[in-house]
Amino acid sequence: MGTFVAAFTVFVLAVFIGFEVISKVPSTLHTPLMSGSNAISGITIVGALILAGQPDTPRIVHLLAGVAVVFATINVVGGYLVTHRMLGMFRRKR
Amino acid sequence: MLTQDLRDLAYLLAAVLFIFDLKWMSHPRTAVRGNWAGVFGMAIAIVATLAGEPMTWQYILTGAVIGTVIGVVMATRVKMTAMPEMVGILNGFGGGASVLVAGAALVMAQRALAAGTPFGMQERVATAASAIIGAVTFFGSYVAFGKLAEFLAVKWDLKPWQSAIKYGFAAVTALGGLAYALVATFGGGGLPEGAAPLVWGTFLCFAAVGGLLLLRRSRFPGMDALKWAAAAASLALGAMLVVQPENGALFWLLAAVSSLLGVLLTISIGGADMPVTIALLNSYSGLAGAATGFVINNNVLIVAGSLVGASGIILTRIMCKAMNRSLANVLFGTLGPTSDTPDADEVYRTVKATSPEEIAMTLDGAQRVIIVPGYGMAVAQAQHAVQALAALLEQRGSQVEFAIHPVAGRMPGHMNVLLAEANVAYEKLREMDDVNAEMEQVDVAIVLGANDVVNPVAITDPKSPIAGMPIIDVSRARNVIMIKRSLSPGFAGIPNPLFAAANCQMFFSDGKKAINEIIQAVKEAS
Repeated sequence: MGTFVAAFTVFVLAVFIGFEVISKVPSTLHTPLMSGSNAISGITIVGALILAGQPDTPRIVHLLAGVAVVFATINVVGGYLVTHRMLGMFRRKR
Repeated sequence: MLTQDLRDLAYLLAAVLFIFDLKWMSHPRTAVRGNWAGVFGMAIAIVATLAGEPMTWQYILTGAVIGTVIGVVMATRVKMTAMPEMVGILNGFGGGASVLVAGAALVMAQRALAAGTPFGMQERVATAASAIIGAVTFFGSYVAFGKLAEFLAVKWDLKPWQSAIKYGFAAVTALGGLAYALVATFGGGGLPEGAAPLVWGTFLCFAAVGGLLLLRRSRFPGMDALKWAAAAASLALGAMLVVQPENGALFWLLAAVSSLLGVLLTISIGGADMPVTIALLNSYSGLAGAATGFVINNNVLIVAGSLVGASGIILTRIMCKAMNRSLANVLFGTLGPTSDTPDADEVYRTVKATSPEEIAMTLDGAQRVIIVPGYGMAVAQAQHAVQALAALLEQRGSQVEFAIHPVAGRMPGHMNVLLAEANVAYEKLREMDDVNAEMEQVDVAIVLGANDVVNPVAITDPKSPIAGMPIIDVSRARNVIMIKRSLSPGFAGIPNPLFAAANCQMFFSDGKKAINEIIQAVKEAS
């Protein structure tokens, strides 16, 4: 099995897991679901870190990847934090 | 030294934690734990990436510090009513990161190609896909943010902070394109042969994006044609990049044309369709991440990206179904009155305006009360007042619940978050279908700042533009109280015969003020 087929298999199966899992989320929690899943899509930070950390590369790679680190970090930190804030409101008991 | 196998196992663990994150989101009791699972998954993925390799640290640390500060400030400052804007802009950052990572990876791959390492087909296609999806997501999200924050495509005068963002962002986009073109042409080794049209085309596209962002209306003649042209050009340039991956100028032109496409696709979408747009952009941001995963051959990006992509698609479908519209209709169509739409003056002949005192009398002795909130509640910041009214009525023996339409507000679940902020118990937030089944037992339905989602013509008039749209059918409740500023139509632009129905009283007022006056009147009546 080639690398592409392996990666594509992972992709397709993950989409199905996504459909399965998300269909069970009630509409009440759709906003925190969106901000939480948004934070997950900040996983691009892994790619940004790999490239920003490459030793001995043209400066342009570092600059592009460095800005990508900023963007992805905002996505991750902002996403998880705001989700936590919202969920705290749902959990709060009087 | 961390071997690649160990690292991949850590990525697998991260992917599993992301799945648990989403799985535990299915109930408020477990959702907080789910969010923590996501945090740990992300932390594991980051540590595994950084551990054990010789690294240049200054760019990583600078970027992480700046990003963390901005992220924390945004997440802690944002008001719950502004959550759609927040999620909108966060989507964009994910998409932007994907474009930049793909661009940086392309430079690395070109270097490797020059040294004799072949550049695989998967990476080529994925690089083009990252550029297209990422750029559409970034600029589409910015436009969604700007429309939600009401500074893009509006006629009225802006507040200083709105002007600063609007003009600042447009200028940065256009000047960024110019700077790129100048550096590419005159800096370093000069342009390779044939690249000049690509480089200056990139500048023109970014200048056009900047110009479009200054428009004071959301449509202009020829817009649809331009939309299709941009989409076709994106695909054609993407295919060219796959064939000639050594041509770096092509990548940036592709990103520029896709940016234009992102703006064109979102700028004409109306406020009421924002839930669909935000959900769709959410999906794109995931798909952009997955595409980047294919660029750098990394499974955790592929899994996480496709989970988010799937999540966004499901939410998009739910929102479209709740409006009884196809996705194509939301993206390309318009909603409005037709020649069959009855005249508003005719429909509203028997409208009864009411007072807080009359409402207090109606509420007196009501056993079951439901409150139907809409976007108007968010605009008026009335959620705390509404909760106070609900608590007061419960004290007096009524059973009070909230009926929430899936597309109420500007993003999926928007009303639920606002009511949760105001301390309304989770169990009292009821979904549309459950409430409709019990509507005959409801004594009083209070509709606050919602219109089309309670319009009975969706059921009664098959010719209506909203025919077939699921509604919260409050017209079957014994009494209906509509709190609204005026008789102006909702997003569909059609009159609502419910306003003139025998069991309906209209209270014309601002949402928060109205609720406070009703609270006062109920207290005085007892």
